[in-house]
Amino acid sequence: MEYVSPEGLRLDGRRPMEMRQLRAQIGAVAKADGSAVFEMGNTKVIAAVYGPREVQNRSQQIGDQALVRCEYSMANFSTGDRKRKPKGDRRSTEISLVIRQTMEACILTHLMPRSQIDIYVQVLQADGGTRSACINAATLALADAGIPMHDLVTSCSAGYLNSTPLLDLNYVEDSAGGPDITVGILPKLDKVTLLQMDAKLPVDIFENVMQLAIEGCKAIATYIGEVLLENTKQLEYRKGL
Amino acid sequence: MLHSKTFSKKTRGGKVQKLVREVYLRDDIYCGASFCKVCDTSAARFTASASTILVLDTNVVLNQIDLLENPAIEDVVVLSVVLQEVKNKNTAVYNRIRALCSNPARKFFVFSNEFHRDTYVQNMTGESPNDRNDRAIRVATRWYQSHLGDAVKVLLITNDRENKKKATEEGVSAETIESYVKSLGQPALLDLLAQPASEDIIMEEVEDLRPSKRKVVYPEHKPMSEITAGLTSGIYHQGKLRVNRYNPFEAYVGSESIGDEIVVYGRGNMNRAFDGDIVAVEILPQDQWREDESLSIADEDDDNEEVHLVPSSADDAPRTTNSVSGSASDTNPISGRPCGRVIGIIKRNWHSYCGSLEPMPMPAGSGGLVYALFVSKDRRIPKIRIQTRQLENLLDKRIIVAVDSWDRQSRYPSGHYVRSIGEIGDRDTETEVVLIENDIDARPFSAQVLACLPPLPWSVSEQDLVNPIRTDLRHLRVFSVDPPGCKDIDDALHCMMLPNGNFEVGVHIADVTNFVHPGTPLDDEATQRGTSVYLVERRIDMLPKPLTEDICSLRADVERLAFSVIWEMTPEAEIISTRYIKSVIKSCAALSYVEAQARMDDSRLMDPVTKDLRNMNTLAKTMRQRRIERGALTLASAEVKFQIDTETHDPLDIGMYQIREANQMVEEFMLAANVSVAEQILKHFPGCSLLRRHPTPTKDMLEPLLRTAASVGLNLDISSSKALADSLDHAVSDDPYFNKLIRIMATRCMTQAVYFCSGDLSPPEFHHYGLAAPLYTHFTSPIRRYADVIVHRLLAASLEIYKLPTIFRDRPQQTSIADNLNYRHRNAQMASRGSVELHTLIYFRKRPIDTEARIVKIRSNGFIVFVPKYGIEGPVYLTPRGEKGGGEWFVDEQQQKIKKMDGSLSYGILQAVKIHLEVVEPQPNRPKLQLTLL
Ligand SMILES: [Zn+2]
Repeated sequence: MEYVSPEGLRLDGRRPMEMRQLRAQIGAVAKADGSAVFEMGNTKVIAAVYGPREVQNRSQQIGDQALVRCEYSMANFSTGDRKRKPKGDRRSTEISLVIRQTMEACILTHLMPRSQIDIYVQVLQADGGTRSACINAATLALADAGIPMHDLVTSCSAGYLNSTPLLDLNYVEDSAGGPDITVGILPKLDKVTLLQMDAKLPVDIFENVMQLAIEGCKAIATYIGEVLLENTKQLEYRKGL
Repeated sequence: MLHSKTFSKKTRGGKVQKLVREVYLRDDIYCGASFCKVCDTSAARFTASASTILVLDTNVVLNQIDLLENPAIEDVVVLSVVLQEVKNKNTAVYNRIRALCSNPARKFFVFSNEFHRDTYVQNMTGESPNDRNDRAIRVATRWYQSHLGDAVKVLLITNDRENKKKATEEGVSAETIESYVKSLGQPALLDLLAQPASEDIIMEEVEDLRPSKRKVVYPEHKPMSEITAGLTSGIYHQGKLRVNRYNPFEAYVGSESIGDEIVVYGRGNMNRAFDGDIVAVEILPQDQWREDESLSIADEDDDNEEVHLVPSSADDAPRTTNSVSGSASDTNPISGRPCGRVIGIIKRNWHSYCGSLEPMPMPAGSGGLVYALFVSKDRRIPKIRIQTRQLENLLDKRIIVAVDSWDRQSRYPSGHYVRSIGEIGDRDTETEVVLIENDIDARPFSAQVLACLPPLPWSVSEQDLVNPIRTDLRHLRVFSVDPPGCKDIDDALHCMMLPNGNFEVGVHIADVTNFVHPGTPLDDEATQRGTSVYLVERRIDMLPKPLTEDICSLRADVERLAFSVIWEMTPEAEIISTRYIKSVIKSCAALSYVEAQARMDDSRLMDPVTKDLRNMNTLAKTMRQRRIERGALTLASAEVKFQIDTETHDPLDIGMYQIREANQMVEEFMLAANVSVAEQILKHFPGCSLLRRHPTPTKDMLEPLLRTAASVGLNLDISSSKALADSLDHAVSDDPYFNKLIRIMATRCMTQAVYFCSGDLSPPEFHHYGLAAPLYTHFTSPIRRYADVIVHRLLAASLEIYKLPTIFRDRPQQTSIADNLNYRHRNAQMASRGSVELHTLIYFRKRPIDTEARIVKIRSNGFIVFVPKYGIEGPVYLTPRGEKGGGEWFVDEQQQKIKKMDGSLSYGILQAVKIHLEVVEPQPNRPKLQLTLL
């Protein structure tokens, strides 16, 4: 299968180093303390954050820091087949864990002892790169909720098909079975907080692909920064400042 | 960058599913014209002075690729929508058009119209994908015209009448390929035009010169929907049609759905299918299952069985399951195998074929357009009707012809002339035909490939010696034993007595992978070639000459890099330990088989090398004995050697290849090295090792052998390879040649060993029947076989010398490499045989001869003989050709004898007969060998 034509175009018309179109909207769920919708091409994810609030189950309370919980799910209509998506299966448990760990690493949990932060992410439409989109949406929602963080985590994936590193795989490219790296970074601190790959790749190629994913994360960080700034301006405007 | 979205629907597995795909439309796709003022011209392709730019429709690319490859066609836009359609319909054509587009010498430019902001076309409701694509082509053409302005003419080339009409309506200039080629004023180009299929053009144009031919000859092909339904419900069976190489009226379809081969008899039942086509077959009612319609040697029309080389395995042998029936009467024995007929063709395997035109008188008013019949050298291919304006020129030439279509009304498919190779019978022409027929690339290596070679003169460097992966073995007494005049020496040996009475034996193989690195152009080229090809008068190398004959060749008295397998063996040849090391060696002698044999036989010689040879020979004999006890078969083949005149390259003498003890000795150690390496790589890489297996022959395959043996009163036990080996050993009679004959017949019943990827099969299937070995691979000839290069890499990785190249993690790719190696290997053998057949013909052209032959098969009007001295086989007729039996002779099936009615004469199987061998020319320029009984 040819995923990159000799003319250097991918199946959807992008070039190897190009990302899909990004869209973000802050405050999609009024009831939540913070919420956001994040889109990467046809992948669309909604995130809602509640907290910091009192710990519901006292036995889970942590004395010196906040408890971060995360629940990931996929809407039944998120893929073309509209099948009922199981909750709590291995895949979603694993993704919940990945998102929780990634977010926990950037939240200043020690500032909010004995409290609880709940992050809910749901995939509304899946077209590859859901993991990254979830993390980006969660970051925006956390920022919207005003939860103190070290930095804004952003995430992006990159793959390697037809001997070419490709940024931000869509569903077709994702199902090609090639290596697929998901990276999460703290752009200001220049630190990698998430790195996932479930394939074998020679080290030199791996470094190239990972570098590409990091570049993608940085671009998303810039975009998220702009979105937050724009949102703040709107708030200022509404408050008449 | 501009983004947009589209929605498309697709069905998959019967269900209708809505799939949403994004399309990013761009403004950075350029037109490819160097004179364009707007676009980035760095990737421009068209000639600066181009006056006309052609935009091709899909049907033109699909049907006229031979014409497009002609340099007269330039400044062509290939749209991505066209490429996509071509790719879906015909991969071979797709690869050829892609090659044109990437060739910097040709002015073909790929325009990604599907992603361009101005040429992207949204599907309209109710519009078929075909119509949408046609519209996309027209939109792109119009864009080109408006983009480039009046300076150039943009011409849409289409043979689709509907598309052409719409284009003209929309103000796009469009022409058919015929009228465009005519406007170029080069009549020779017209021959290259594919003959349009009748549905595309008006009937008068295609009407045959002989109206009587316009009747329906073949049954209709079922529509695709009906075929698909039939396949799912199990009425039809799908498979690849393979035509019997020796009887083009018989074909087989291996069907997975019934787990057996379906036999298709006759052109009518084959219903226009070609060898290699994927077809749908319907099984005939059981009372119509019959064996071959005719048992006579001469089958239909003028297609005669020809004298050919003796097959060396079942893959070359004529597939005859038909027993010789009582006489050529009307008794059609019911066959056990299902017979069927083709009801539809799922995928065509048409390509171009080598051959010549059937001799025909020059029609009056020559110089004009004539129809001629093309006869392929490959007998599996039917005759092809072509149109030509240069008949006189082509009659005595070998030419290449491509097939275009085959409609129900014509007995033969129609095609078009591609190019001519040279005069028929000329050695160089015929050799090229052999190469083309077997898809062998004999072009010189490209500059990129040669750039991968180390600088010459090359020698072992200090770095190689201090490299920790390498062991210095220069102190060992290493020598090589090869055929005389061998320049690409890839193996050498050493043997040393150890203080404890055991022997250290080493097999040293040229370290090719030290110079051929994965992913380089050199490696890619070698992967493609797969093997060196040995013709009678020349060799086509897999690797460039500096590597094969110098840098890698383990010549005497020079230091060379090697990959060594070193065993400690007891005097009983039991392996105690095995080591694998990369080494530096210095061979002290490059012996020929004859020299080595002479040294061993000369009891006066007591020099160290001779002593080593004798020790090794003793060990080899023990190993060989043990192998035979395990059940390895000693097979025989009739290999022919030519003595070639060094100046004229004409064959001077011809004879059988003599096998000496020294050959067997070297062979034994190579086998052992291959087995040891197979064990090592499989242990480390159970999922991706490249191994070689030899499938156990089925009872069906051994049937001809059993029948022949039975007719001479011999009972063979075929229950296992061991049993067969034993009964072959016991097959002796007062005839000294008898045993060899039986072995030759056994050999031709077996299929060949094949390469495979260990992850694709389960361990019991790894078995090598002929060698009676559970594991086997190829390690010992990396200079001339690519399989060995792969195995070297695996072995090096198992020793942690190098990392395993990425390709080994890609199972499908590895499987396709193994398939390609099998294909190349097979073709190389076919080419060698073709070359020997050609030289046999040249040799006997001037030297008709009387010689002894053996009868190997009885036919109703004669018999097939084997001529041991020249390794050839062919028919001898007792009755004149065309007459079937004639009543004078009858066949006694029980005794496998053909007898004269009055009982005065009879011929039986394996009987020796005197025959006369000569070259005849029944038709001008068509020489062939003929055997007649004396
Ligand atoms: Zn332009």
